[in-house]
Amino acid sequence: MFLRLIAKRLLFLLLVVWSAATIVFFVPRISQTNPIRERFAELARTGGFSPADLEKIIESYSKQFGLEKPLIEQYWVYMGQIVRFDFGISLNRYPSTVIELIMQAIPWTLALLLVTTILSFIIGNLLGALAAWPRAPGWVRAVATPFILLTGVPPVIMGVLLLFFIAFRLKLLPLGGAYSIGRVPDWNDFGFWLDLLKHQLLPGLALVLGSVGGWVLSMRGMGITIQGEDYVTFAEHKGLTAGRIFRDYYLRNTLLPQATGLALALGTVVTNAIVLEGIFGLPGIGTALNNAIRANDFPVIYGIVLFITAAVATVMMLMEFIYPLLDPRVRET
Amino acid sequence: MTLMIDTLVQHPSRGRLIWHYLRRNKSLTVGLLIMLGLVVFTLAGFLIIDARDAYPLSAAPRKAPSWKYPFGTDFFGRNLLAAMVVGMWQTAAIGLLAGAIGTLIGVFLGFISAYFGGWTDSIIKNICLILTPIPVLLIQVVVAGSIDKRSVTILMMAMIIVMLGWMGTTLVVRSQVLTMKERQFVAVAKLSGMSSFGIIFKEIMPNLLPFIAAAFVVQVFSAVFASFYLAVLGLGPLREPLLGNLIWAAQGQGAFFNGWWWWPLAPAIAMVLILGSLALVNMGLDELANPRVRRTE
Repeated sequence: MFLRLIAKRLLFLLLVVWSAATIVFFVPRISQTNPIRERFAELARTGGFSPADLEKIIESYSKQFGLEKPLIEQYWVYMGQIVRFDFGISLNRYPSTVIELIMQAIPWTLALLLVTTILSFIIGNLLGALAAWPRAPGWVRAVATPFILLTGVPPVIMGVLLLFFIAFRLKLLPLGGAYSIGRVPDWNDFGFWLDLLKHQLLPGLALVLGSVGGWVLSMRGMGITIQGEDYVTFAEHKGLTAGRIFRDYYLRNTLLPQATGLALALGTVVTNAIVLEGIFGLPGIGTALNNAIRANDFPVIYGIVLFITAAVATVMMLMEFIYPLLDPRVRET
Repeated sequence: MTLMIDTLVQHPSRGRLIWHYLRRNKSLTVGLLIMLGLVVFTLAGFLIIDARDAYPLSAAPRKAPSWKYPFGTDFFGRNLLAAMVVGMWQTAAIGLLAGAIGTLIGVFLGFISAYFGGWTDSIIKNICLILTPIPVLLIQVVVAGSIDKRSVTILMMAMIIVMLGWMGTTLVVRSQVLTMKERQFVAVAKLSGMSSFGIIFKEIMPNLLPFIAAAFVVQVFSAVFASFYLAVLGLGPLREPLLGNLIWAAQGQGAFFNGWWWWPLAPAIAMVLILGSLALVNMGLDELANPRVRRTE
């Protein structure tokens, strides 16, 4: 039974990645623009070579990328490459391969995402649960309300506002970059870590502030529903301590829906981080994408898009396998 | 007899009822008020400013806010007040256009899926489910990136956003129609020989309107959001003063590093107001459409 579930989920994952790959393959080809021509026309405008050379360059590149073959054959070749995680070669940073660029950038994004997502999930859920709880101290609601109001603000804008108030006006934190300009990354140096942390604080804060509200909102709603349940009344009548009821009756029962919510929010979370990195000039996957867009580096754009889609879909699937651990009812069926 | 009761019981006027409802539904009221403010700002702005000032080389560059330029001017010599007015209008245009088209597609597919069932339903439902985990913005990046950036228009921007922005509405409408289909009034209509077309438009549609209105607001919200993100990544019509484009340009020129703080600040605050008001209206409409959400506070 469990094996069948896994097989079904894997098939679904495959379908998601396949449809994303197919869209990424066909859409640019429908639009009739030649990415290689785009890129070199841009270069030719800024000077460098004559139009005759341009045609030759385009021809040789087209041959190298197999663009003169029939579409369906290209599609097969492309699918074969994707299966082997081969997304091609960067036009802008030749001869680096796309996967090399992605691998350089991914640790930065992953670190930022992991820390901020876990933090906002925990803070948001605790605040939301407490805000719904009648016996919670009054300050909790006072803290929770501003967070709810911030839900509508995209982290990117939060980033701009934080940059203005904290970095620009108060000069408390740096304006951008991953570490101070001129500093050489030395992972054994404690000072470097401190510098790193100082630079990551604002983007992290922007992401956390932008996403805590959503968790507070959904958790509070659920908490209010649970209050009316008979088992909570029963637990109270049994004389259980408030802390016990809060932990084992409130939090325990909201764990599964909130974990599902986390899986569903994953795409948005990643998107937010990607756009935010551009604002703060962090060396993650978002900045790589930003640079690729600015330089018309199409293989990198497509590679990053596919990589992230596959990653998000995979993590979503893995989270579904955690459900049986969270919910005994799922385990039994 | 009924006539007498009608005259005896004083019915409050429609306006009064709406007023009472708005007083109770605070998020709807506040959201609508902010929205109204933004509309007034844009309309009044068009009377005061010259739309050409929203484009580069129309004013002295890099001027801090003053009486002459209330929001300052940017590196390229755009009067930011004019840019905000035009940008706000364009943001609204993209949002409404993409929102309307997305809602139409979603309602249409959701209806077909739920009403006819069978393999039609399973195809539409599964396509929606497969497309949902894909981070939509990234696909939009691919689409927008493969179009010549000099020829992107506001309309194209809306189309790009709609392309992968109809699944949510489809699923919501589908589930609503599915529950409605089982209600008795539909069974009665069917027994009385009404055509399925008639049932859809005369029986189910009117009951769905609040949900469709809420779905429309969600669509507009996500369209504004998506167009903003695309523009922040430098994938919009770069010549236009879209709010996201202003932030993209400011970031590209290192506005904060150079002390031009007013440049990214104005579009950021405008965006907060736009998205905030849409979120509030959405919350308010949710309460209207779905009485069970109404809290007893």
